[in-house]
Amino acid sequence: MNETRHPLRLPGTAIVAALAMLFLYVPIVVLAVLSFNASDLTTIWTGFSLQWYAKALGNETMLVAIGNSLMVAAAATGIATAAATSAALGIVRSGRRLRGVVEGLLGLPLLIPEIVTAVALLMLFVLAGIRLGLMSVVLAHTVFCIPFAYYPIRSRLAALDPALSEAASDLYAPAWRRFLRIELPLLAPGIFAGALLAFISSLGDFVITYFVAGPGATTLPVYIYGMIRTGITPEVNALSTLLLLTSVVIVAVVFRSGTTPANQTRGDQMS
Amino acid sequence: MRSISTSPSLLAAPAALFLIVFMLVPVGLMIYVSSLERGAFGGVAWGSHTGIAYEKLLFERDLTGQISFNSDYIAIILRSLRLAAITTAITLVLGIPTALYMASLPPRHAAFMLFLVTVPFWTNLLVRNFAWILILRNGGPLDSALAATGILTPPLDILYTPLATGIGLTYSFLPFMILPIYVALERIDKRLIEAAFDLGADRWRVLSRVVLPLAAPGIAAGAILVFVPCLGAYVSPELLGGGKSLMIGNLIQAQFGASRNWPFGAALALVLLLVLLLSLILVARIKRREQAAS
Amino acid sequence: MTDTIVAIAGVSKRFPGAAQSALDAVSLDIRRNEFFTLLGPSGCGKTTLLRLIAGFAMPDSGEISLDGNVLGQTPPNGRPINTVFQSYALFPHMSVAANIAFGLEMLGRPRETIKSRVAEMLRLVRLDGMGERRPAQLSGGQQQRVALARALAPAPKVLLLDEPLSALDLKLRREMQIELKRLQAETGITFVFVTHDQEEALAMSDRLAVMRDGAVMQVGTPDSLYDAPANLFVAEFIGEANFWPATCIEKSGASGRFSIGNGNDIVSVTEAQMVAVGEKATLVVRPERIAIGEPKPGMLHGKVETAVYRGSDLVVHAALAGGGSLRARLPGTTAADAVIGREAGFTFPADAARVFPA
Repeated sequence: MNETRHPLRLPGTAIVAALAMLFLYVPIVVLAVLSFNASDLTTIWTGFSLQWYAKALGNETMLVAIGNSLMVAAAATGIATAAATSAALGIVRSGRRLRGVVEGLLGLPLLIPEIVTAVALLMLFVLAGIRLGLMSVVLAHTVFCIPFAYYPIRSRLAALDPALSEAASDLYAPAWRRFLRIELPLLAPGIFAGALLAFISSLGDFVITYFVAGPGATTLPVYIYGMIRTGITPEVNALSTLLLLTSVVIVAVVFRSGTTPANQTRGDQMS
Repeated sequence: MRSISTSPSLLAAPAALFLIVFMLVPVGLMIYVSSLERGAFGGVAWGSHTGIAYEKLLFERDLTGQISFNSDYIAIILRSLRLAAITTAITLVLGIPTALYMASLPPRHAAFMLFLVTVPFWTNLLVRNFAWILILRNGGPLDSALAATGILTPPLDILYTPLATGIGLTYSFLPFMILPIYVALERIDKRLIEAAFDLGADRWRVLSRVVLPLAAPGIAAGAILVFVPCLGAYVSPELLGGGKSLMIGNLIQAQFGASRNWPFGAALALVLLLVLLLSLILVARIKRREQAAS
Repeated sequence: MTDTIVAIAGVSKRFPGAAQSALDAVSLDIRRNEFFTLLGPSGCGKTTLLRLIAGFAMPDSGEISLDGNVLGQTPPNGRPINTVFQSYALFPHMSVAANIAFGLEMLGRPRETIKSRVAEMLRLVRLDGMGERRPAQLSGGQQQRVALARALAPAPKVLLLDEPLSALDLKLRREMQIELKRLQAETGITFVFVTHDQEEALAMSDRLAVMRDGAVMQVGTPDSLYDAPANLFVAEFIGEANFWPATCIEKSGASGRFSIGNGNDIVSVTEAQMVAVGEKATLVVRPERIAIGEPKPGMLHGKVETAVYRGSDLVVHAALAGGGSLRARLPGTTAADAVIGREAGFTFPADAARVFPA
């Protein structure tokens, strides 16, 4: 079938798109390939080896950093996802004005430059006497995890028929059973996607962590930063590739669940 | 009297309170600190009110209190603005055609490209900038590739220059440009485009008269999402730029690190916030004009 | 023992930010075991009233009582009332059987009771064997039946139906209208049905309330509303009618004589209490009450403009000599009686006309 060309298909766009993809992926590929390099001269290929992975994973300090990162990400994701779910349920059917105010507030951390959030939080923690450590990192991460968790949940909720909740009440379900039996299962894909996005943004954060983490609260990105600053070894390549892989897997899972903003848009138009 | 449709609003309270305490209050605090004098041993001198932090942007005082013009900080701010503007321009040039191409694909392929654009978006910023250290360093892949073709003779000496910072920034923020433009293009009613063709417009006219104006809010959003974080970038200039191409972000960091001048750091951060505010107002205007026209 | 099951007394509701009240001091009694319809154009407040009865929203003032008990702030889950939603609102993550069982489960009924009740409900709505399917695997009509079964399963005192047929095509709609009547008769539950479709309302209801702008215009049986509309709005909204501007020229008791149009045509009307001699009025006559004949005094004079034969009757449009137009449905008439261009006289019985002050 010879369909007419899409009206947005303009000559040259394909080439630019290809260049953009090359630009986005060549560095990632170079990084991944070099992580398997046998040589410790990071940029000259001498042969395939997994030694840098072994070395990276055998490093005590690094394992502690990974542990810290996972702990912080789990805690921040948990708090943020619970708060975001609650907020989404709370304001989806409230007045336009209240919703505007709350959503504006929830969106702030994504809008304000990281460095500003970082120093503002640092000053708050120091002046309020909150000791810099894992606790302060969790609090800081929760700030930007809330919006990441909120948007997929909200778009899922917006796509649900409000009559479903009413039907549950109508059929004698008290609020908590309505939530557990109807709202939670139906929101689950959105909550799951939101939690994953919160999790990887926590796992990947460097700037804010760098400011509010005291000694002893080194997370993986802060650790990697230290390694880059002290001299580039292929170990960093290996670690970076592992982080990269984590992101790819998580983003793929979120995409499969169909709750990305762009997918949502398409769904809206079809209905 | 409370109907069941309004009482759940309270469910939004935990998230809202959290962000008030850990986002609004700290920013307020920062604004306040920027009006104080620095303490003798770092920190701040409470209760002292002074414009000294802002004065420092343009002037310096010597030990005798003599004031003279100092262009060091202004130079950094201007460099940051220039780099952010150039990066925004380059990502626009790359981003608009890419988004157009994506929007022209059948849904399945578009979804895959969306995935490709999204992955770097969610990948650790540090890792992505680190990858460019590997590529740009002398003796790295770019060096050897160019040497092999005989175009240039190594070493290129790109790493630790503003050019390297620019590459890092473009790389970091390109997805931020593509995604909102793509979403805006996707939302355009395709019948409008067909109507324009039907009325005899050619491809370029359809693009310039129909598609781009309709996608303007998305393009504006993309421009903000690139420009604002670029201006406040810390990682790219730190890792790729070397000491000679510091940006505002690095300067702010220094005030909370070695220099221990919180009021000045807070004032610099406030400059970033003001730029953000101005950009938002600009975009709101573009959107309003768009709505008024439609 | 009272015959009223739902008593609505002076209920008002205004939504925040809305300029007009959605409901303005509405009072209404719904009787036990009747099929009651709330009929009106969109925005008339019928759905709001339904939602207040269900408990999804609370009235600003006034009271709703069920079986003599004021419902007050009782939430929906505390009211023995169930709803069939316009969108059906079937729980997509549950099987058909689990959907039907949901209400009984929430009421804490024993497992065995639930099981047999679900089977009974599936039979009742003729969906035996479909219990394990998901709602998405069913057709629109089948989903509609599941929604009915789910709402009927807990044996509510009142079943509320919010435009439940609006998503169905015409044929299925007709089928479901009959089905709903059957279910109401079999279960003996009071049905409160909301629709904007007057034909549907006339066909299905024992009684109906016509609503407009948040107020009840008239309550009654379908034939009383059709034959004796209380005002112009009801006359216009229900069925077809001719509306002629007229002037009262003579009164004797309740009856009166009216001149229509330019004053050459004079007609008699039995019930004309609402107007006095000399006043302007609007005369309302249903098209099927009009007969055609040779023009004579006391008749309306007109010229046939179109005549459409429809098997059961002939639909005639005529231009009245005194201005305005006339529409008549003439059963047992053939095209020969209404040749286009014929000057004819039109009559109607004096008790067929309604008169409203203009």
